[in-house]
This record gives sequence, C-alpha cells and structure tokens, in this order.
Amino acid sequence: MAVNYSAKEEADGHPAGAGPGGGAATGGGGAVKTRKPDNTAFKQQRLPAWQPILTAGTVLPAFFIIGLIFIPIGIGIFVTSNNIREYEIDYTGIEPSSPCNKCLNVSWDSTPPCTCTINFTLEHSFESNVFMYYGLSNFYQNHRRYVKSRDDSQLNGDNSSLLNPSKECEPYRTNEDKPIAPCGAIANSMFNDTLELYHVENDTRTAITLIKKGIAWWTDKNVKFRNPTGDGNNLTALFQGTTKPVNWPKPVYMLDSEPDNNGFINEDFIVWMRTAALPTFRKLYRLIERKSNLQPTLQAGKYSLDITYNYPVHSFDGRKRMILSTISWMGGKNPFLGIAYITVGSICFFLGVVLLIIHHKYGNRNTSADIPN
Amino acid sequence: MGHFGSARIFKRNCAGEEKRVGTRTVVVGHRPVSEADAYVAQKFCDNRIVSSKYTVWNFLPKNLFEQFRRIANFYFLIIFLVQVIVDTPTSPVTSGLPLFFVITVTAIKQGYEDWLRHRADNEVNKSNVFIIENAKQVQKESEKIKVGDIVEVKADETFPCDLIFLASSSTDGTCYVTTASLDGESNFKTHYAVRDTTVLCTDEAIDSLTATIECEQPQPDLYKFVGRIIMYRSNQEPVARSLGPENLLLKGATLKNTKKIYGVAVYTGMETKMALNYQGKSQKRSAVEKSINAFLIVYLCILLSKATVCTTLKYVWQSNPFNDEPWYNEKTKKERETFKVNGFVFHSVCSSVILSYICKWQGDFLHQGKVDFGPVEFVFTDKTGTLTENSMEFIECCIDGHKYKDCISEVDGYSQTDGPLKYYGKAEKSREELFLRALCLCHTVRIKQADQVDGLIGHPECKNTYISSSPDEIALVKGAEKYGFTFLGLENDFMKIRNQKNETEMYQLLHTLNFDPVRRRMSVIVRTTSGKLLLFCKGADSSIFPRVQQEEIQQTKVHVDRNAMDGYRTLCVAFKELTQKEYDRIDRQLNEAKMALQDREEKMAKVFEDTEADMHLIGATAVEDRLQEQSAETIEALHAAGMKVWVLTGDKMETAKSTCYACRLFQTSTELLELTARVVGESERKEDRLHELLMDYHKRLIQDVPKPRGSLKRSWTLSQDYGLIIDGSTLSLILNPSQDSSSSHYKNIFLQICLKCTAVLCCRMAPLQKAQIVRMVKNTKGSPITLSVGDGANDVSMILEAHVGIGKEGRQAARNSDYAVPKFKHLRKLLLAHGHLYYVRIAHLVQYFFYKNLCFILPQFLYQFFCGFSQQPLYDAAYLTMYNICFTSLPILAYSLLEQGWMGLSTLSALLVQDTIHWGGLSQCTCPVFGNWTFGTIVFTVLVFTVTLKLALDTRFWTWMNHFVIWGSLAFYVFFSFFWGGVIWPFLKQQRMYFVFAHMLTSVSTWLAIILLIFISLFPEILLIVLKSIKERSHQVRNKMKYYQKHHHLSY
Repeated sequence: MAVNYSAKEEADGHPAGAGPGGGAATGGGGAVKTRKPDNTAFKQQRLPAWQPILTAGTVLPAFFIIGLIFIPIGIGIFVTSNNIREYEIDYTGIEPSSPCNKCLNVSWDSTPPCTCTINFTLEHSFESNVFMYYGLSNFYQNHRRYVKSRDDSQLNGDNSSLLNPSKECEPYRTNEDKPIAPCGAIANSMFNDTLELYHVENDTRTAITLIKKGIAWWTDKNVKFRNPTGDGNNLTALFQGTTKPVNWPKPVYMLDSEPDNNGFINEDFIVWMRTAALPTFRKLYRLIERKSNLQPTLQAGKYSLDITYNYPVHSFDGRKRMILSTISWMGGKNPFLGIAYITVGSICFFLGVVLLIIHHKYGNRNTSADIPN
Repeated sequence: MGHFGSARIFKRNCAGEEKRVGTRTVVVGHRPVSEADAYVAQKFCDNRIVSSKYTVWNFLPKNLFEQFRRIANFYFLIIFLVQVIVDTPTSPVTSGLPLFFVITVTAIKQGYEDWLRHRADNEVNKSNVFIIENAKQVQKESEKIKVGDIVEVKADETFPCDLIFLASSSTDGTCYVTTASLDGESNFKTHYAVRDTTVLCTDEAIDSLTATIECEQPQPDLYKFVGRIIMYRSNQEPVARSLGPENLLLKGATLKNTKKIYGVAVYTGMETKMALNYQGKSQKRSAVEKSINAFLIVYLCILLSKATVCTTLKYVWQSNPFNDEPWYNEKTKKERETFKVNGFVFHSVCSSVILSYICKWQGDFLHQGKVDFGPVEFVFTDKTGTLTENSMEFIECCIDGHKYKDCISEVDGYSQTDGPLKYYGKAEKSREELFLRALCLCHTVRIKQADQVDGLIGHPECKNTYISSSPDEIALVKGAEKYGFTFLGLENDFMKIRNQKNETEMYQLLHTLNFDPVRRRMSVIVRTTSGKLLLFCKGADSSIFPRVQQEEIQQTKVHVDRNAMDGYRTLCVAFKELTQKEYDRIDRQLNEAKMALQDREEKMAKVFEDTEADMHLIGATAVEDRLQEQSAETIEALHAAGMKVWVLTGDKMETAKSTCYACRLFQTSTELLELTARVVGESERKEDRLHELLMDYHKRLIQDVPKPRGSLKRSWTLSQDYGLIIDGSTLSLILNPSQDSSSSHYKNIFLQICLKCTAVLCCRMAPLQKAQIVRMVKNTKGSPITLSVGDGANDVSMILEAHVGIGKEGRQAARNSDYAVPKFKHLRKLLLAHGHLYYVRIAHLVQYFFYKNLCFILPQFLYQFFCGFSQQPLYDAAYLTMYNICFTSLPILAYSLLEQGWMGLSTLSALLVQDTIHWGGLSQCTCPVFGNWTFGTIVFTVLVFTVTLKLALDTRFWTWMNHFVIWGSLAFYVFFSFFWGGVIWPFLKQQRMYFVFAHMLTSVSTWLAIILLIFISLFPEILLIVLKSIKERSHQVRNKMKYYQKHHHLSY
C-alpha cells in the first residue's frame, strides 16, 4: 500500500504570532473575543497524518491474497461440514400414514399421554458424539409478547419475585390467585415431548443412553438460573405458595428426579427459556456420548424413536422434528458458510485478475487519450 | 452604518425605554451648575458589564428551556415521554439516555462558558480606575463609576466607560487610541479634547471645571455621537461647544502614546457603545443546519414508512387466527381490550441528536462557522483595498490640462527620485504652485515622529511619518513633496508648508469639511498669511466637475479619462477664493450645524453643499492602487471552480474596468456588455435606450443561445464568455424606473442577463446599492449562496446582506463579517480548500449518519418479517442506546474534524445490497441454534464493525486521532459487550444479554460468519475504490479537467 507520511505545512494564511489586533481582546466581559483560532496543530489542521493511497496497484494484490485465504477456508469448512452426519425426522404426524397421526390433536392434559413410535434407518454410522435436537417450525418464540413474558429475577432465585412475579408475565402471572413459578408465556409453553431412541437389531430394541445434562450454557445453569433459597433443600417446600404453569402437567420442582437438575435449573427448561431467533428453530435435547473408541456412537442400521406426544403444534400449523447430528470444530452442519467462503474468495480472485488486466491495458493505452472537448 | 440598528437586538436592562429618546444631561464632576438650578438627578445605570446569561438560580430552568427549544431535543423529549406513558417495545431509557447525555453535556458546556463570562465580567468590573474627586485621585472599582465622574486614564489602559475627552497630557489636546478590540482596526486614531478644556491637565485644574454635557441617549453606532458641552465660568456667559465622535473615547479602546487623559463619563455599563454592540451576532443559517434538518426529515420519513409497512403487514399476518394468538402466546386482557399504540417508530429512532453537536463542533472549528462555504455560487468583491492593495502611489498629475509625470526610467522599471524631480513648466508657474499648495493643504494627514507610532505607513527618507485614514491622501502629500512642496505639519491650527524655495509658509486652518462617501470630496478653508481666504477642494471627478466653471473641465477631463483607463484612481482639485463676508457666513452656518443635536448630518451636508460651489478647477491627480498579489490567480481559480465573481466598487468605470482586466476578471475574449451612463446617455430618452439595450442583450444572451444540452457547466465552457458593466445611475434606473409598470420587468431581464454573464462589474456603487445587488441575486430562483468580501465601511452593507460575509482582517468590515481574512488571495484557500474540505466533511458527515442509521434499522426491519411483525427489537436496549452515542460517533467526529482527503464519496449505493446479503447470509448459516439475543448480537457486531471500517476505508488522512477513535471504538465495543454480558445487573428486569457475547465468540462458525459478512459488506466499497483508481489512472491526462469539474459539481 502506497503510503505518504506528511506533516501539513504551515498554512500561509495563518501567521504564527497573533497580529496587532489579535490578542487585544481585553475588557468588556469577552464582548470582543478574538476570533482567531489558537495556533495549535489540531486547530490549524496540521496534525501529522498517514495518508494511505488506495491504488489499483496496492489493492489488487490484496484481492489475490484475500481470494487465496478465503478459498482454502471455504473448502475446509465445506469438507468439514460434509463430514458431519445429520439425520432429521419429522414426527408431527400430518400425513395420515405417519404413526404419530393419531396424536395430532392431543391437548396438554390428555391422559394417558399419546405415544407413537417411528422407525428409521441410518445409512451411515455416526462416529463422534451425537447431539440430539428437537426442532419446531412456525413457532414464534421471537414474538415480542412472548420474548418479554418471563421474570429473570424469579428464575434467578429471588424469593420476592417468586411470590410476586413481574407484570411482564401476564397473562401467565397468577393462576387462581397463586403466583405461577416459573411465570410467563415462555415457561408455560415449555416443550414437553419425551423422545427415546432405540437401536433395533434383529428385532431387539436396545435403548441408547441419552444424557440430559450439559445441554445448557454453563453460565445459565450455574449463575443465571437458580432455585429459590431457604431452609433445607426440599424444593417442594421452597416453592411453597406458588402454583405450576397452567399448561404443565406437574410443578417445576418435579421436572426431574435428580436434585441438581430440578426446579429452575432443569436443563431442558433452561434450554427452552433461551428464546430462538427465528420461527423455525432447533434446541438441544440430549447428548449421546461415544462409549468406546472401537465402536461408532451410532452404527448404521435401524432405529426406532419412541415419542410421548404431549406438545400440540397442529393448531398453529407447526411442525416437530427430531434431529441427530454430530459436530465438528466449527459446530453443526453448515454447508452454506463453506460455499459462501468459496464463492467470495473466487469472486475476489476473479475480480483481481480482471481488474489487473483492465488496469494494465488501460493504464498503458490511455495515457495519450485525447482531452475531451 | 445604520444597519446595526435593524440587524441587531440590543439588551436593554438599564435605563428605561422612555429615557432613550431625546438627550441626556450629564453634570461634569457632579457639581451643580448653579445653586439656583434645581439639580435634577437623572438616573443612569452603573458601570457594571453583564455579559453572562445565567445566574446560579436561573441556570437550570433557563438552560433547559433554551435547549428544548431546539427541534431535535424537543422531538426526543416527546418520544421519551411517549415511551414513559405508553407501552412500547423499548424502554424509555433507550431514548432517554442519549437525550439526557446530550442535554447534560450541553448544559455543562454552557455553564462553563457562562462561568468564564462571569469571571471575565468580574475582571472588568473590579478593575481599578482613578476618579478625580475634590481635586484628588480616588481609586475605585470600575463598576462604581457613575455618569458624570471625571476619570483619569493612563497610557495603555483601556477606557472603563465612554468618556468625553476633556484634557490630555499633551498640550495640543490630542490623544491616540486604538480600537482593535472594538472594531478590529489596529491603527491609531487621533481624538481631540474639547477645545476649551485642554488646558485643564492637572487634577486640580480639572476639578475646577463646571460644565454640563448634553448628548444623545446611547446608541450602538460606534462612529456617531452628537453632543454639546456647556461650560460655566464665573461671571461669564456660558460657552457651548459641539461634541462629535472625535471627542468621545469609547469603552474598550486603549489609550496609546499619551501619558494620561481626563475624561468625563457619559455612558456607563451596559449603555456604553461597546456593550450595545455586544449582543448582535448575525443570525445566518448554515448549510450544515439545513442539511441536518433535511437529514432528520428524510430519516423520519423512512422510519414512518417503515412503521406503516410493518403495521400493515402485522395486521395482515394477524388476520390468521393461529398467528394472532396461538395457545402458547396468549394476549393479556388489557391487550385484547385496547388498541395498541404502534410503538415501532420510537424504538428505531435512536438518537441522532448527537449529530447536531458534531456539526456544531465542526463549525467552531472553522472560526465561528455559522455559515456555509462549499457551495458558494456568487462572490461579490469590493475593489479598492480588497482586490487592490490600497497602498497608493502618486503617478502623475495634470495642471490645467498639462501633464506632469515623474521621469521614470522605463528600462529599469524603478523611479529615481532623489530630490525634486524635473518637470516641464507647461502651465503657468502660479497655477502649478497653487495646485501643489492645494495638494499640501487639502487633506487630513497628520505628522508623527517615526519612532512614536508603529504600524503606520512610514516614509523611508524622512523621519516623519504621515498618518491618515486614507492612503490616497498620503500618496498625494508625498506626491507634492516630490515636486518640492513639503507638508511640515499642523501647529496650533497653522499648517506649515515648505515650498520649492525652501521657505516655510503658514496657513491658518479654519475649517475642514471632512470627506464622506456620499459627497465623495473634501475641502479645507485656510487663511494665508496675507489674509486671503482660500477653499481647496478635492474629490472624485463626478463630484467636482458639476461644481466648477464648465469651460475649465474639458482639458482636464481628457487626462482624467485617460488615467482612469490606465486603472489609476483620479482625483480632481479645485479651489475658490472666499471674501471675508462669504467666509463669515460659512463659518456661522458651519458652527450652527456642528452645534445641532438633531439632524446634524443633514445640516452639515447642506452647508457643505452650499460651500463647495462655483469653484475653479486646477487639475487632477492620478494615483495608482496596485493589485494585491495573486488576486488575478485567485479570481481565475474561483472562476474555474464555477463561481461567478462580481466586482462592486465605487470607483470610476474606466478605473474599475482596467483593474478587472488586470486581475483577469475580464479576459480579452470576454465580450463586454455595457449598461452605463455612457451608453445609455443622459438624455431624457435614456429609459427607452436602456430598454433597447436590455432587450438587445437579453436576446443575445438568452434567446439566441441554443438550449445547452447536457449539464450546465458544459455550456459555460463551450459558449462565449460575457461580461457586464453597469454603473450606479443605470442600476437605479433599472431598479427604480419612473414608470412603475415596467419595473419588475426590467429587473427580471437585467437579472437574467447578469446570471448569464461570467463576470459582472458594478461601478459607481453607493454602499446601499451594493447591498441591493447582493439581495437581488440572493433572492433569485434557487437562492444561490452568496459571499461578499470587502474591507471598508462602504462594504458593510453587502457583507451583512450576503450569506457569507468576509471582511479584511483589521479593517472595519471585519467586525461585521463572518470570517476575516488578511488578503484577497486567501479567499482561494478559504473557498477552494477550506470550503471544499468543509463541504466534503459535511457532505460525508451527513451521508455517513444517514448510512449508519439506515444500516442500523434495516436489519431490524427485515427481522420483523421473521417475528410476526411483533416489533421485537433485534438488538438489546443497551446496544440500541449506545450505538449512536458511543460505538459509532467518535470516528465520524474525528473524520469530520480532520479529513483532508479529496476522494469523492459514495456511500448509499451499496447499502441495500449489503444489508440483504447480510441478512440472507446470517439467516442461512447461523441461526437455527442461536437464541434471538445471540443472533441480534451477531448482527450488531457485524454492523458496528462494518460501519466503522467503512469509515476507515473512506479516511484518507489518518492522524493519531483517527487511529485512536476508530480502533478505540471497536475495542470499546468488544470491551463493553463483555462487560455488559458479564454481570447480572440488579436494576434490569431481564438478564437477556448475560454471557451472550462471550458465548457467541466460543463458536468458530460465528467468527467465520462475522468475518465473511463484514468483508462482503465492505466489498462493494473496496471495489469502488479500485475501479475509481483504475479509471483515474487511465484518465490521467484528463485529470485536470476532472478536477475542475469536481469543483463545478461542488458549486451546484
């Protein structure tokens, strides 16, 4: 990059000293102020400056370099992304043939819960750790009314907020004159399908261990979300005086049997409480860890997914999915990013070439161009 | 100078309105004139100066009131209130905080400034002065001076109030003052003590004076004062003497070269002329302000349309019942019942208040910068002293039609002027001597010892220095010296002259009829030693010729005209002998007029008119006024930049014309159109003739020229250049014709002709006509930006009239101007460099603000399509608030203060593309697993980096400040994000940003996406730069052309 380092010369219109009248601003309460600016480098615009000159000669190599950096990155991302195994299954049950079609119109409190089983086959084995997601479509978790309908201080274990939740939680703030814990639309609509995964081999179903811890952000689990404090660790007692969210079958202190995953610090709950950016989203549900180095986490083969179908989405034309995915250094499957990098890199490179040609051609030919009119 | 009265607002907090009318009576030294007279004490205000605006008590309400009178502030206040009252997507803090910030900063700044003013006031008010009481000096604080006190002022002290000059340490009763801090004129002015009190130059003597002064009530004009002093001596008739501005010592002026003076206070405190002049700062609106308003309006329109679109779409979307209220997201009871105010407008408008402050800072930078610069289209300039040096040189003279000229060695080009020059005795000896005596006597030049005074025009060979308000006079006196007549000075009303025979002649100076621009001549009445009474008069030919014997004119006129053609300033000299009787009458009339308190000017003018009649023409002089260095280049540069330069002068047409040629206002190829008394004629048919001429020119310039194709600038370069010359009398004929019907018609045609001409010369202009012309041009269609340059009092009117007024430094005009420059050539730099820079900066500033705010709201807008038009904010409230205050404001501020690049700007073009890509990319590649706040943070990060780096790309002039603010802003953003997300803030209702930023950065794909998106966003910009540089290189030969064209663009 051509560089030109210069200190601006003293402007000839500004003699260094103040003129005879310049400094004579005496008397009169500043009535007659000298209007001459101070003779400082800043005020006289004489700060030394670096003046980069972006010319074709300096920018075009930059184009090449950018192209050369971006294309390998893009290829790397693309290959990595392609190596990621991902399997997605829609279990909403819209199609009459789907096993879950019978559960399509369940309501929140249907007892016994509707269950269905979907069989599927994995063509390729999933080598590394597998993440199990549930995905919802056309679910506006980012609706303004929805996003703000929570009380973070209640979720942080504040006892006064527990019994007197924020107004933002309306209309899910109180039920039958009792405060709802956790209050608000987000909590109220928590995803409550249960998914279980079985490996089917010779008609025997082997349950695959799904780990439910470690799916939420560490900071959320340990700092942002806290159970209310009080005497003892009995959550039932701590949540005394509150009532469960309207749509929940059981109160918050019965979400899980393990005490460190119960109440507000239940990880499924925490994950749900992080509202999604777009109406089609996926949320981490479970982890499947690789057991041994010899065997892949999920072998290729037949699997069946047992669903306890509690969550109604048909009423708002929604969809439910279950996604299995491995991850890499760059996260989940994302072919677009790689393609974008390759495209941008190629365009850069291509433009660099084209411009270089134009630059050379015109630069040499047109030096003797006629002066117009 | 009557403009002050109308153009300014005066503070009137002392002396009630009714007292202003009429006169005031001041009793000198508070000694009642006689016991019999009832001593009615008039109440005058004390000598305290109050320039501060606030007191401790009224600061808060007054300052807030003033701040909220600004549209932008008020607008944000309203929004803030709406947010407080109505349920809106964002908290009131979002708009409240920037508002609070700006208001606080401004209040602190104004408070500090006012504190400084208080301090300065105190300094002035508490300074010590000496007052004579009971024949003793008493030291007092300045603010305690009362009207009527006798004040003693020593050399180099500033006068504490307006004083009537009674006596000075010098015996002739004069003193020198400099008024540099009043009107910027740094030369020394002589003031005269009241004639009868000059002897009272000790404390005791001055205390014995019993007198009253009657004078007008205070008025702001520094150069006007009428009053009368009546002195009572025991057993004698009271003596009355007239008082004029030469007897008045103004507060703020400084005593120089005089040991001490005594004066009696007549105006004190806020009634001094200085204080009365203090308030007025011309209220010229700047392009900056206009463009900000335009920007705000456009921005508002965009927001409103955005809000409308969103609201419409929202209802469309909600018409689907499962969209409107799905089971998981029910409305509250209140929401169902009330129609919700669409708060969308509000949250997107996040503070562009700060914009105005940046512009203000920028403004302060270019002096006081209330006024715009770049797009000046018309430049009006004075000739004498502005285009030319106004340092005169005597060239030649003619006596009775015979030419006298120095023998200048043509070869060397310099004159050999040792001793009296040879001249050719063509005219009668007596006439010559008369002429030279006239030159020696008819002036107001004074002699000072060279070492006494500095900063004046020194005479190289003689240790005496001539000082005069007019350089012409000095040139004439020096000219006379060359021919053997030396002016030796004025002693006790006697003018001493050394003639060719080295004899000293004495003339008693009886009266000086001072020069004024209306009369355009001055006269003296002297008595020779032999008792003859002579009146010498010199002045412009137009004002002398009608007053002399007609048969004498012809031979001199030839010379005058020829000299004028050569660009010299010509003056004619005439004389007349007065009989004692005539003189007595004149003397009486003059004294009467001088005594008059009312209409003194008119009365004086009438006496002058009567006196200066029936004279005999002796000859004429020619004085050269050299062109200022580089004025020709400057005019060419201004022309090349597409500005039209008009010269408005009071000079003769021929003189002005040759100057115009010399400074290349007119080129040899320029076709001149004349609308002067010469072509129009003096006959009664002149109106018809004028009509014909106008029609003819109009036809030539407008109708015959084929409609220019393409841009205007092209038509200029292609077609013939026209120059127009018009003189004062013709102008008044055009502007005020006798038949009213055609008046506007003439004016219109004239204006059209003028606008077609590249250069216009208006000669023989009265000061008001100058202003008239500026006003006329200013009010044409498209209201072009006008600029006036001038130096003298006669230019003040046009300087005040034009959008941009420029005065010459240290001259009278500077006081009334927006900018002051020392020389005409600096105009080039001012207009083309500073003006251009200013324009580049402002243009970029406004564009950039537009750009960054649009960048800011566009993702927000697009997000609405994904969140059911529910007005969910994409960014966290803190980001929303900080975006304009902290993250992106400083780089543009530094840019607008420091940029000196010349690159064109192109910001908005790529904006839409970029944001769409932005969006598509993001929603495609990252989002499904991110929460909405993470997503918003990613968008915001890309936004901040893009917007800042874009500015970095545009910056051509990197000082350390640019580096600091650009990289500093980005670093601050990152730091702030960590900080903001790192703590559970107890005062927040929602902890939505908790660890969002940090978590975002743990994802590699987010990094990759952010880098890619920033690059894509900036790619069009980079590409544009490269293309431009290629283009520039390929058109290197055309570069010069382009350079000019760029200026053309600017001037539109």
